[in-house]
Amino acid sequence: MPSISKPIAAPPGSQTNDLGLTVRHYEGAMSTLCAGCGHDSITAALIRALWELSIQPHRIAKMSGIGCSSKTPTYFASGAHGFNSVHGRMPAVATGAAAANRELLYIGISGDGDSLSIGLGQMSHAIRRNVRMLYVIENNGVYGLTKGQFSASADVGSKLKKGEENQMTPIDPVFLGLSIGATFVARSFSGDKQQLVPILKAALKHRGLALVDVISPCVTFNDHEGSTKSYLYTRRHEKQVAQADFVPPAREISAPIGAEGVTTIAMHDGSLVRFSAVPEGYDPGDRARVFDYLQGQQAQGLIPTGLLYLDESVPDMHERSNTSDTPLVQVPFESLCPGSGALERLMEDFR
Amino acid sequence: MPDANSRVNDFAFKLANVNGTGSASANGLLMQAIFRMGIPVSGKNLFPSNIQGLPTWYEIRVNKDGRTARALDYDLIVAMNAQTYARDIKEVRPGGYLLFDSSWPLDKDLRRADVTFLGVPFAQLCVEHFREPRERILMKNVAYAGSVIALLDIELSVAEELLQETFGKKKALLESNHEALKLGYDFAKQNFECPLAFRARRMNANGDKILIDGNTATALGALYAGCTVAAWYPITPATSVMESFKTLCERYRKDPQTGKSNFAILQAEDELAAIGIVIGAGWAGARAFTSTAGPGISLMNEFLGLAYYAEIPAVLVDVQRVGPSTGMPTRTQQADLLLCAYASHGDTKHILLFPAHPAECFEFAVKSFDLAERFQTPVILMSDLDIGMNDWVVPRLTWDDSYKPDRGRVLSPEQIEKLTAFHRYSNEDENFVTPRTLPGVSPKGAYLTRGSGHNRLGGYTELPDEYQDVVDRLAGKHRAAARFIPPPVIEKGQGKGRAPFSLVTLGGCDAAVREALDLLSKRGIHGDYMRIRGFPFGAEAETFLNAHDVNYIVEQNRDHQLKSLIALETSVPKERLKSLLFYGGFPLSAGQVVEGFLSAIGRPDREAARGLGGMPDVLSGAEG
Repeated sequence: MPSISKPIAAPPGSQTNDLGLTVRHYEGAMSTLCAGCGHDSITAALIRALWELSIQPHRIAKMSGIGCSSKTPTYFASGAHGFNSVHGRMPAVATGAAAANRELLYIGISGDGDSLSIGLGQMSHAIRRNVRMLYVIENNGVYGLTKGQFSASADVGSKLKKGEENQMTPIDPVFLGLSIGATFVARSFSGDKQQLVPILKAALKHRGLALVDVISPCVTFNDHEGSTKSYLYTRRHEKQVAQADFVPPAREISAPIGAEGVTTIAMHDGSLVRFSAVPEGYDPGDRARVFDYLQGQQAQGLIPTGLLYLDESVPDMHERSNTSDTPLVQVPFESLCPGSGALERLMEDFR
Repeated sequence: MPDANSRVNDFAFKLANVNGTGSASANGLLMQAIFRMGIPVSGKNLFPSNIQGLPTWYEIRVNKDGRTARALDYDLIVAMNAQTYARDIKEVRPGGYLLFDSSWPLDKDLRRADVTFLGVPFAQLCVEHFREPRERILMKNVAYAGSVIALLDIELSVAEELLQETFGKKKALLESNHEALKLGYDFAKQNFECPLAFRARRMNANGDKILIDGNTATALGALYAGCTVAAWYPITPATSVMESFKTLCERYRKDPQTGKSNFAILQAEDELAAIGIVIGAGWAGARAFTSTAGPGISLMNEFLGLAYYAEIPAVLVDVQRVGPSTGMPTRTQQADLLLCAYASHGDTKHILLFPAHPAECFEFAVKSFDLAERFQTPVILMSDLDIGMNDWVVPRLTWDDSYKPDRGRVLSPEQIEKLTAFHRYSNEDENFVTPRTLPGVSPKGAYLTRGSGHNRLGGYTELPDEYQDVVDRLAGKHRAAARFIPPPVIEKGQGKGRAPFSLVTLGGCDAAVREALDLLSKRGIHGDYMRIRGFPFGAEAETFLNAHDVNYIVEQNRDHQLKSLIALETSVPKERLKSLLFYGGFPLSAGQVVEGFLSAIGRPDREAARGLGGMPDVLSGAEG
């Protein structure tokens, strides 16, 4: 994927975050995606979220597979290492990197082809392992780089440009994630930055794997009439389930907890996610209720969005295996090699 | 009582069992008792891909000269499996013995006049002495071990000591085992003339030796090399590599202060994920490995190309089994050579190491990590089922505390700061290796790793010159690695002057081929020996091959893969290369090599070959 580098040149007087960095410091190379691609809006939301959270760019590791979505790590956080791996295999590479260095912030960017077809197995198992990472699916229902074939997230009845109608049932990452124990499940829309930024912020602070499915229309191959992943269709059918706001530690909360339609969930680092306008009977901490509610909404032809489910009580991969707090890459060799004396003693077991 | 015909510490016996009945521990007991008596011994477990009910065999060769290759000439067969009586009885050498369970009559048609049949009512004895049905089955094994101990003059006290060590804390079990051992021992002593003409006698050959399987030794190598991340998917015959690694890590890698683990072992959803995890960890700066067998290597091909092209260290252990496809999972072969040498699409070449026995598994496992990091590329340790799963007598493993891991060219934060700009694939050294940076260290060292076309700056490219610049450097890097591969083991033949031919082999064929050369020497045929220990081949191997008119390449696959690799990757003319191939799935014996060689040179001498243990292999079948 060719890329055009973009110098970091913040205009004087630009706003800086706690690290003294401007939004520009979180940008990457110029995007080479089609003009109007939903993915670029997601990149912009991510840049915003990273800046607002004052994350050191070089402490981020950007992971991706293959596809339009997987190109986007080039377009943000140029001060971070990135790994554009192979198709559908980003979760394994991210898992390995996270196993080796638990202190970095892992951001996996994938698409519906990369995660729901070729990489369905790897995504599912990364969810089961609860690898601490943000896992974004930039979901457009179509293969862009190969010029417009259906992907596994295409809805029944959705039509390709030339009229071919999809007849197979879609794989919905939200329901899949909920059913296999995902601890953070959100769906958003690339055209709704206001909703997306706080979701990404909460996701970046989640204890385990944060699955964020973002409907991201493909302007070239899937934005026509008859498509169920177009801007127009998504705008018409999107229904925000609740408003989720990310509240960093020690910030005051404006609306009182306990008010009608308001609920909060504490994150492991002391920050909060504050849900407002929560519909009656909905509880973002209750997996079964969330499942029921979403099924009801989808049966009515709606696309429920928002931070849909959150559970901060589940240990992540490292907590489960009681891995050393020091990242394994930093454990000195002397602590890893038992030495000649231990080997000599061990040899007695083989006599 | 020794007589003129007695043969001390030079015999072979075979135990025919039903798998899943607990025979493995009884057979291991016999093997270990002989080892403890200081006698060179080797054991081969020929087991089915099955959990319970199918035929399984264990062979033990006792040889005072330290010959450890498989022997096909059985002086004694312990026939505990009625399903395989017919073929087991056929395999006893003329004048040999068959020990069987006489609780049931043996079909008269199976009898052979040239074999002595020794019946012990093992089942009946166990029914009389033990109450629990499971115990009656298990103790039958210990009882036949008792009889074998009496017949072969193995020291009973040594066997008892081993039982004590194994069951010391489980009193009831210890008593049952002792009782069963005595039952078989006493019955043999009372009813047969013990010991037989071939027998064991204490030596002092094993003082500096251990009994270990290759998979355990490989895991120890990974532990000592400082490997912290391991990912795997269970597969025969590689599973015990990771199981051993886990056991070792639990023992040696828990932080004494915090109790936390200085390792991460991940059982992946498949081999694709396993190698992906290893590559991710290697990219992040950890020493990481996976263990697998042929089917896993097939699946890992895509990722291996990524690691090769993006230049990420990764260590793979391939415990080879019989292919193609599922093949025979519990049989041994060396048939993944070409697959591993060139794994993945496009122009790819990998570094391979070929250990011959568990001691080299340990040594080469450590070396794999050094090579992988020095050359920033996958290294495949090519073991096999015979090396990996059988117990071998090898010198005690030792460790040099001055060892420092070779982490290759990884830039420190200070080094990065000094650069005006960092470009991932620039600034190569004499081995064509370019420095890398690790994620999380410095914003100045940041770059995007990609498996797509890239130039020496690390940027995406579709330009011919820029693309070729990088892949040509990769080819140079692979060539440079030849100087870092363990050199071949070369032994001059016993003849005078220049030997016209050589036997060349790799891996676990070592013992059989060296023994074969010895046997040929006794017949006046002298050849040189070379064992290749890695790929790319070095100058030494090439010089040796060019110095012989004919090199017979002995290997365990149908398609002469090592020969092909030599022909492709060295200047040696094809006319100088001939093949001796053995690929039925069992470990190689010297007799087979001698017979194969004699027919290859047009002097088939079947009679002589048979005397050397070259009987045709009748142990086919037994699929899982």
